Amino acid sequence: MNSNRLSNTVATVILWASGFFIVGLLVFFLAYILGQGFKVLSLDFVFGPASQGGVGPQLFNTFYILVLSLLYSVPIGVGAGIYLAEYAKPSRLTNLVRLSTECLATVPSIVLGLFGLIIFVNVLGLGFTILGGAAALALLNLPVLVRVTEEALRTVPHAHREGSLALGSTQWQTIRRVVLPSSILGLITGITLVSGRAIGEAAILVFTAGTSVSRHYPDFNPLVAGETLAVHLWYVRGEPLVANADAVAAGSAALLVLVVLFFNLAIGLPARIYQRRLRGSN
Amino acid sequence: MSNRQLNSQLAYDKLFRYIFIISAVMVSFVIFSIIIFVSKQGLQTFQDISFWEFHTGTIWNPPVQFGAVPFIVGSVSVTLLAIALGGPLGLAGAIFMAKVAPPWVREIMRPATDLFVGIPSVVYGWVGLTVFLPIISKYTSGPGFGLFLAGVILAIMILPTVISISEDALRAVPKSLEAGSYALGATRWQTIYRVLIPASLPGLVTALILGMARAIGETMAVAMVIGNSPQLAGSLFGPTATLTTEIILSMGQTPFGSPWNNALFYMAFTLLMISLSMILLIKFVVNRRLVNEQ
Repeated sequence: MNSNRLSNTVATVILWASGFFIVGLLVFFLAYILGQGFKVLSLDFVFGPASQGGVGPQLFNTFYILVLSLLYSVPIGVGAGIYLAEYAKPSRLTNLVRLSTECLATVPSIVLGLFGLIIFVNVLGLGFTILGGAAALALLNLPVLVRVTEEALRTVPHAHREGSLALGSTQWQTIRRVVLPSSILGLITGITLVSGRAIGEAAILVFTAGTSVSRHYPDFNPLVAGETLAVHLWYVRGEPLVANADAVAAGSAALLVLVVLFFNLAIGLPARIYQRRLRGSN
Repeated sequence: MSNRQLNSQLAYDKLFRYIFIISAVMVSFVIFSIIIFVSKQGLQTFQDISFWEFHTGTIWNPPVQFGAVPFIVGSVSVTLLAIALGGPLGLAGAIFMAKVAPPWVREIMRPATDLFVGIPSVVYGWVGLTVFLPIISKYTSGPGFGLFLAGVILAIMILPTVISISEDALRAVPKSLEAGSYALGATRWQTIYRVLIPASLPGLVTALILGMARAIGETMAVAMVIGNSPQLAGSLFGPTATLTTEIILSMGQTPFGSPWNNALFYMAFTLLMISLSMILLIKFVVNRRLVNEQ
């Protein structure tokens, strides 16, 4: 009896310690990254061109590539999610789509990068371009978007759909007027999640969007190479010629984490809270 | 409603049904294209390099010798190290979150694990380089780059995957099983150990396999800390290389279509096959229903 109680106490202590260790690790990471970065971050660094030691063009490319990749992946990902949640009956096609989504989600990002390299650089002969980088990055977003869309649509009660269909609307009308409006917050949360991952992705972009920036800033031409912030952090580390590489790396790391935090806190969190309140009042 | 309006609504309905079906089929199309294009490029390797040499040779000295064993062993070793360090910690964290932590602690931990995902892989690599490297270097009086450092960084990176999937699995265990165990006088730890863990085992194994899939495909963080020397790691702290790091470092220096370049695509194909087999393993072996729920 006593040994049982003892093992219970020991296990409880170990589990609490693990929990605190995990949170402690995160706090340490964030404090270190932001602490090192704030020594470097300034308006010139964030928005200035490379000639002033800034990462402005890289920051611009990061957002530009993100937006383009969402333009590719959101329609297809949300469409496939709608198919799985609203139309799919158990069939070979449904199983295949589900399996494909899961497989695509585990494909290592470097493999997606090489696929993009074959298609955009070698088959289409475009060279390293923002367009190719965004398309390859879209492949990373796609499976996550399918999953979050399906999950978001499944939270809409079945009675809402039945009510709409009973009033004589078609299935598309039901989806557009009833299902999508009441799951929109879930979709937004999903898209911010996807964006956070896409912003930090580098392996896909090194051989599709390249490691150089345009001479013009900001350059909206999608057919030029466009190094992002994450790729820049990778690149300066291995490049002894970059002036004060350590400072640029520390600043880029902090800026990346700040952007991701911004996406999570400024867009993701309010949507989550609002959604919970919406549920609570029902 | 006039007949024309009705017809147009029905036409829209049909149109969007097709749009959604096409979107869904596109996802399958994408994964098949990836497999076809990467394998086609990769398999050209064996026009110039012997299949046998690539898979059993230990000396990587292109364009003369193409023994890829150091990379394969490197990838497998960092993955095993990552799961050995991060797996138990992640599982303990998940059990803590699901069953032990009071609600307010849980409210802190859930977004915290989400933020772990948000930290980019290059930033993990950079922290490894600037924080962990000097520590390891000091205690081993070596350069610090190598297998062990890569394993530690990967262990941290796979934590969110392991935690969130295993926590979901633990939560999905029916409350009645837990209540039955407590009613028999079991302590909390006995309940966790004898009831919850066995009941959620397929989910926990899935979490560990997906953690390993994440680790074996990770590129940037590993390339920054592993030392990138194409040889077998002499010791736990020795520098080595993996399939992913060799691809990222050599791709830019090799002309497309050369044997060396094709070999890199074959490495990518190998990684692709490993991650796909992990998914199939989860789907058809691990998650086969053991007991029918009544």
